[in-house]
Amino acid sequence: MARIDLVDLAHSYSGNAAAPESFALKPVTMTWRQGGAYALLGPSGCGKTTLLNLISGIVTPSRGKILFDGTDITPLSTQKRNIAQVFQFPVIYDTMTVGQNLAFPLKNRGVPKAEIDARVAEIAGLLDLKPYLSRKAQRLTADAKQKISLGRGLVRSDVAAVLFDEPLTVIDPELKWQLRSKLKALHRALDLTMIYVTHDQTEALTFADTVVVMHDGRVVQSGTPAELFDKPAHTFVGYFIGSPGMNIVPAEVRGREARIDGHTIRLDRNYDGLPKGAKIEIGVRPEFVDVAAPGSGLLSANIERIDDLGRIRFARVRVGDAKFAARVPAGFSVPDNVAGLVFDAAHVHVYADSLLVEGT
Amino acid sequence: MDKTVNQKAWFLVLPVFLVVAFSAVLPLMTVVNYSMQDTFGNNQFFWNGVGWFKELLDPSTDLGGRFLASLWRNLFFSAVILAIEVPLGIVVALSMPRQGWSVAACLVILALPLLIPWNVVGTIWQIFGRPDIGLLGYVLNNIGINYNYVSNEFDAWATVIVMDVWHWTSLVALLCYAGLKSIPDAYYQAAQIDGASRWAVFTAIQLPKMNRVLLIAVLLRFMDSFMIYTEPFVVTGGGPGNSTTFISIELVKIALGQFDLGKAAALSLVYNLIIIIVCWIFYTVMTNAGVEHRGNKGVA
Repeated sequence: MARIDLVDLAHSYSGNAAAPESFALKPVTMTWRQGGAYALLGPSGCGKTTLLNLISGIVTPSRGKILFDGTDITPLSTQKRNIAQVFQFPVIYDTMTVGQNLAFPLKNRGVPKAEIDARVAEIAGLLDLKPYLSRKAQRLTADAKQKISLGRGLVRSDVAAVLFDEPLTVIDPELKWQLRSKLKALHRALDLTMIYVTHDQTEALTFADTVVVMHDGRVVQSGTPAELFDKPAHTFVGYFIGSPGMNIVPAEVRGREARIDGHTIRLDRNYDGLPKGAKIEIGVRPEFVDVAAPGSGLLSANIERIDDLGRIRFARVRVGDAKFAARVPAGFSVPDNVAGLVFDAAHVHVYADSLLVEGT
Repeated sequence: MDKTVNQKAWFLVLPVFLVVAFSAVLPLMTVVNYSMQDTFGNNQFFWNGVGWFKELLDPSTDLGGRFLASLWRNLFFSAVILAIEVPLGIVVALSMPRQGWSVAACLVILALPLLIPWNVVGTIWQIFGRPDIGLLGYVLNNIGINYNYVSNEFDAWATVIVMDVWHWTSLVALLCYAGLKSIPDAYYQAAQIDGASRWAVFTAIQLPKMNRVLLIAVLLRFMDSFMIYTEPFVVTGGGPGNSTTFISIELVKIALGQFDLGKAAALSLVYNLIIIIVCWIFYTVMTNAGVEHRGNKGVA
């Protein structure tokens, strides 16, 4: 139970002397509150597992500090940190029963037997493991084993945080849903700080209150799922979150207007103060661009194909050299090759060198 | 379901069948044949039925007495060897480095004794232990320990056992090391997070994960030590008296020394049977003691 502060935390696997750009985790400062559900989201190699291992103490940071409730725990070993972690692949103590597996972290810390039994029973109940408590853990299926790993992570009530490192990788898709909602329910029931690492945006968005998006060793945005969707702080977030991802196209922006491919789009805010010489792009989610019949006032696009997702259709189009995705309004019959695009000005964002610019 | 009957597949098995027949089954049948007969040389054989087997199991006869005495010696030897080499091998494997150049160095050093032919191992220790010119024997006698493997039973046994430990502990250590290397890092990290002590890591993770290789190590070391011949023969020649005469040495004495083919054949059959039975017991006990490995799966 703790608030976690990361202070200028950075790590390089080749030591502190390495070039700043080669750091696996570039300096990050952020605060995670007690009882929150956080997700670290990013593609493979973005530094999310490094960050997790820094918090759990498996890796010692090259720079910076980690504070639990204001106490610097950076030099402490994993055992002394009071952290629980669930790994990508189930870790099971083969020779023990399910119950003994769950009790193991408590037993090692000398918790009285009565207390262990009560806590194990509680966690087993939450994870539907009750009927298997007296069985050998080794004979179970992958998802049952992973449940035991989860249980071992959750069984200690005094932990500062429970860390999950892509725990659902080995689980069948249908069971993934079950386990994920189970985790969410556990979070509500147990008042533990949970930090969940994943490269799957659905997993991150459904699990967490706050999603921390990482890219190339940097935290590019930290916010609620709605914030990430509505106002991506970085073009990477726009592209990575959402399916299909945000449309990012180079544009010339002046005042309240953006020019793409010779056509002018109206913007909601004023962007007079854009940095000189920066790469200017506009970003808009496919959900906020509608396909329409070609017209004089509209940006015209060449239609490449239509993706019918059942509930919604997206047109994959081309504007000049740039690829674009746009929503097809219900009941609209799409023209064969050329269509016009209608932008929802409130949701068009401007990016300078990939970073969001707030208009005035 | 209808299956096409195609007997041609038998031809694919035939070569193996022939090889096994000529290399194992036919020689074995010859031994079975000899074990039922007695010979007085000149290629003259007389039917003896199960006579030799009866004699073999009766301690009051010469054959039975020799067999049972050497059998106990052999079992004792194997038990001592396993009791020393298995724990020692585990300890060596646990204390080996897990990465870096020192891994290769350790592996090479450990493999060295395994590369030396049995006969040479025997010769090395025979000379090493001699009180007059051997380093070990000379030093021991000079610091006041009266050591002579030629005349003292205990010294002879100690020499043979230490020699075997020196020769074969590496095998157990290498097998255990392979087993240890196959444990994913996540297990150690999880154990750290679960606050497990060094001993708990050993009993909860390392030992269970080494279960399989340990079974192989125990089987190999049992079979090998139970069949041991060359090293004790070279070092002690079975002496002093008969104190280090193991079954294999006894067998060679009967078969080639006295040319009692019938007795020797009966003895070798029983010898073989004991090895198979003991191995089967080890296998069954160890696979069941660990965990029920291939049980029914599918509980969630």
